[in-house]
Amino acid sequence: MNPELLRGLFYIVASIFFIFGLKMLSSQATARRGNLVSAVGMLIAVVTTLTAMEDIRWFWIVFGAGLGCVVGVLAARLVKMTAMPEMVGLFNGFGGLASLLVGWSEYHGKWAVADPVSLFTTVAIFLTVLIGAVTFSGSLVAYGKLSALIEGRPILYKRQNLVNAFVLGAIAALGVLFCAQKLDQLSGGGYALVYLELIAIVVLALVLGVLSTIPIGGADMPVVICLLNSYSGLAACAAGFVIGNNVLIVSGSLVGASGLILTRIMCKAMNRSLANVLFSGFGSATSAKAAGYQGQANPIAASDAYLILEAARNVVFVPGYGMAAAQAQHVVRELGELLGNNGAEVRYCIHPVAGRMPGHMNVLLAEANVPYEMLVEPQDVNPTMGTVDVAIVIGANDVVNPAAKEDQASPLWGMPIIEVDRAQTCIVLKRSLNPGFAGVDNPLFFKSNTRMLFGDAKASVAAMVSEFKQ
Amino acid sequence: MELNATTIPLLFFVFVLAMFLGVELIKKVPSQLHTPLMSGSNAISGITIVGALIASSREGGTAIATLLAVLAVAFATINVVGGYLVTDRMLEMFKTKAKDGGKP
Repeated sequence: MNPELLRGLFYIVASIFFIFGLKMLSSQATARRGNLVSAVGMLIAVVTTLTAMEDIRWFWIVFGAGLGCVVGVLAARLVKMTAMPEMVGLFNGFGGLASLLVGWSEYHGKWAVADPVSLFTTVAIFLTVLIGAVTFSGSLVAYGKLSALIEGRPILYKRQNLVNAFVLGAIAALGVLFCAQKLDQLSGGGYALVYLELIAIVVLALVLGVLSTIPIGGADMPVVICLLNSYSGLAACAAGFVIGNNVLIVSGSLVGASGLILTRIMCKAMNRSLANVLFSGFGSATSAKAAGYQGQANPIAASDAYLILEAARNVVFVPGYGMAAAQAQHVVRELGELLGNNGAEVRYCIHPVAGRMPGHMNVLLAEANVPYEMLVEPQDVNPTMGTVDVAIVIGANDVVNPAAKEDQASPLWGMPIIEVDRAQTCIVLKRSLNPGFAGVDNPLFFKSNTRMLFGDAKASVAAMVSEFKQ
Repeated sequence: MELNATTIPLLFFVFVLAMFLGVELIKKVPSQLHTPLMSGSNAISGITIVGALIASSREGGTAIATLLAVLAVAFATINVVGGYLVTDRMLEMFKTKAKDGGKP
């Protein structure tokens, strides 16, 4: 059989593996096998590619891939579950960087021999380099924000959108210049200039990635991570157009599309448009001069909280980023088990945007061995919230803020929340009365059925657990 | 694949269909699985390793083109290997009550 035809068929097989892998990833029962199926698809694609190549530079390939394997394995094994969002962000950035380098390398190869490269290919190279660079630097900023290396709050300055528009305009102008030139028809000066244009595009795209990510606050990170994930797929897809390879185009666009869908789900969960997330600097000190609720919060000690919990028959935990920050998931599971043994029905209600990554809380609770069936979504709990004896809010804030339903002036107005204020009693574990990442005051803290248990979430839960054990 | 007036529309054809397929595949994912789905699809975006491998061994490639491509191979490998392993590690923890007692 014609070897090229055979390779084409194997690329199709790899694509089928990716498609089935993604399909299986979307159901709990098959997810783990789905990931394996997709990894096998990757292996097929890589081996097929190697057989297609003549004159392979084995030393360099083994060197590069070996290095990547060591770093990848170590990072994946050593990362703590609480640091998962930033690790996924970082891996994503490396994918973007790889696409950027592929586009650059392809161009360099063609440039060095003044290859009469077609307009189609230069446009594809331009897009690969642009999207890859934005993905890379944007992901690095997201990584920095998530791991608290840089300020998590939105970084804003005057005329920010104007500056971004200027950078984008400059990239577009350079892109037109870059794509319009024919390498084989250039004279000496123009020949060097076209390469400089490429470098300038790379630099400006890296700057654009940073500029467009710094104004986005920590609480909006789930949206950004999804979006960057989508970009890295599109970058791979663009690289596929550069080298005319179907398997890159198929898998790149699968990732691009799934990232966009996830982005939309996240935005819906916050009742905001994507444009609002990206450009508003929501939750910054300047934009969050909201109501300023007055009232008396009712503090409670762990021993009194225990008395309330002991009598409870129906308990709902509502975890948020505070649980991740305090690494409290294991003691929370322990408290949940004790409550279950005490005869209470225990559920964990997870808001889609709780934490810093889509599904962040699910991962942490799964790590702590909380059974999958006990994790429920807001729409499952809200209709019967009146029958819940105690709702325990652990380091969540904006996702339980009743202002989203009650106060039209609130920036959170209209966001679907977990309506813990309608539970018989609501115990809020929190360090202080400070507002959450969105910088919006929370009237929940001042309601008559709310009790505030101040202190570190892990210590507070542990105190309740030890009360139970006595 | 050689790029010409016949193959270029075909590539776009594949691109458009795959985008629609991606949307359909992901539409009904329970929110519990958002993280593994994201990190799993993130690993797939490391498919750019195929481009990196091809670029690393282009005939007559200059040293700089090869260097860029080898770097691309390294970073794409981190993305692929790290992405799949981290996803597997997460999914290993997603147990149901029935399976709790048994080996994962």
